[in-house]
Amino acid sequence: MVTIAKRVGLAVALPLVLFVGWYVFSAGSTNFYAPPLSKILTAFGDTWQTERLKADVLPSLLRLFAGYLLAALIGIGLGVAIGLNRRLRATMEPVLEFFRAIPPPVLVPVIMLFAGIGNGMKVTVIVFGCIWPILLNTVEGVRAVDSVVLDTARSYGVNGPARLTHVVLPSASPQIAAGLRQALSIAIILMVISEMFAASNGLGFTIVQFQRSFAIPEMWSGIILLGLLGFMLSLLFRLAERRVLRWYEGLRAAQRAG
Amino acid sequence: MTTARPANPVRSGNPALLGVAGLAGLLLVIELAPRIGLVDERFLPPASTILGALVDEASDAAFWTALSDTMVAWAIGLAIAVVAGVLAGLVIGSVPVLRALTASTVEFLRPIPSVALIPLAVLMYGTDLGSTLLLVCYASFWQVLVQVLYGVADVDPVAFETAKSFRFSAWARIRYVLWPTALPYVFTGIRLAASVALVLAITAELVIGSPGLGKEIAVAQSSDAVPTMYALVVVTGILGVLINLLARTGERRLLAWHQSVRGEVPV
Repeated sequence: MVTIAKRVGLAVALPLVLFVGWYVFSAGSTNFYAPPLSKILTAFGDTWQTERLKADVLPSLLRLFAGYLLAALIGIGLGVAIGLNRRLRATMEPVLEFFRAIPPPVLVPVIMLFAGIGNGMKVTVIVFGCIWPILLNTVEGVRAVDSVVLDTARSYGVNGPARLTHVVLPSASPQIAAGLRQALSIAIILMVISEMFAASNGLGFTIVQFQRSFAIPEMWSGIILLGLLGFMLSLLFRLAERRVLRWYEGLRAAQRAG
Repeated sequence: MTTARPANPVRSGNPALLGVAGLAGLLLVIELAPRIGLVDERFLPPASTILGALVDEASDAAFWTALSDTMVAWAIGLAIAVVAGVLAGLVIGSVPVLRALTASTVEFLRPIPSVALIPLAVLMYGTDLGSTLLLVCYASFWQVLVQVLYGVADVDPVAFETAKSFRFSAWARIRYVLWPTALPYVFTGIRLAASVALVLAITAELVIGSPGLGKEIAVAQSSDAVPTMYALVVVTGILGVLINLLARTGERRLLAWHQSVRGEVPV
């Protein structure tokens, strides 16, 4: 009990100090650009109500999830194919490295040409941006599958789809998860940027709108909301990851102890 | 039967040759797809047209100014982030209380998308170098910090206690025990931060309009100079590849003494 309380205390202490510090020090702020935190909090409550959540946050999240899911499906699918075939891998590697090296936000203007400025464009941008870390990590993970395990499976007659789902994918999953995690932060960034470029709704659009109309406390509240969103998504991801990869964590812990 | 025949490099799968073939194939697809009408030429010009635009750009002084603007923002931002990240990481990592106190805050601040700071950067610095730097530093700082924290946590407690019982000063303990252990992690952090810094530098220029390649892309896009836009996108991709290569080679050179590099068979 004591240790739990201590751990919670340690985790909460600094954020609390920072929060209170911000609150107290900004209370008398007359700086137009750095309004008192109390004002920002009021703006937060006033701004992000059900209607706005439905009109701006929900579309953003839907685009994010659609793009992310598509990228995950395509990335893992292609990654497994490329990872299993040595010659294909050697052929594709430089091309993939090049695409990965392109900063994803520059794809926004390019994809705008093809897909206009609708939802399709935003989802495409997200897919194109986050597919590379997933794809490359899957390739690496599939490549690293223990060849002894593969041969054993083969000699037991485990072939085709069974080999894929029972041998290759589980063995590559820690790497795939690492790729998915990198892709998540890229997806959020691209969601915001594609909305800043051209949109009529969405979080990125609204925050820039606030900034342009000098609604500073509202703008700050938007930044805080984005922060909370990023934090919550990465928390969700970690929970899911821990669940799916529990066997792997256990394996690692056992190896460390041994 | 046993005489070795010179292997056909393509048949046996020489990776370098296959890689070149892959790149050539990509260029061919981009050249042919618009020419045979698979995609609209206004949206995707043939590879030769893009290449032509690239040559045009290279002969233009404005392009080189933009390139150097981007690289300056990248270098300064990365340097600040690395110094701050390493210092903060060493201090936080070697004091257990600090580590426990800051863990939740680091976890909270890290996933905040750096682009959320764009409106703030615009208000504070306008369209200057400052707003690019703010984004670059924020995003790459966390990459370095988290890696340094992992590195410090990896220090062998026995070695550390030994150094302590030999009365190594705090400085000597950091210099001779902590630092060598943490170094590979530091380099990984720098490598990750180097790519993130480039992405954020170009993003800031693209969205905010501070001078650099990103701004040039935005300008090309709004003035319908499609081949130029593609040419610039290609340049950013090449920059990214170069920075990656540079970081990897630098890492290998500087860590030549370390197990992780020594153990690798040179390919």
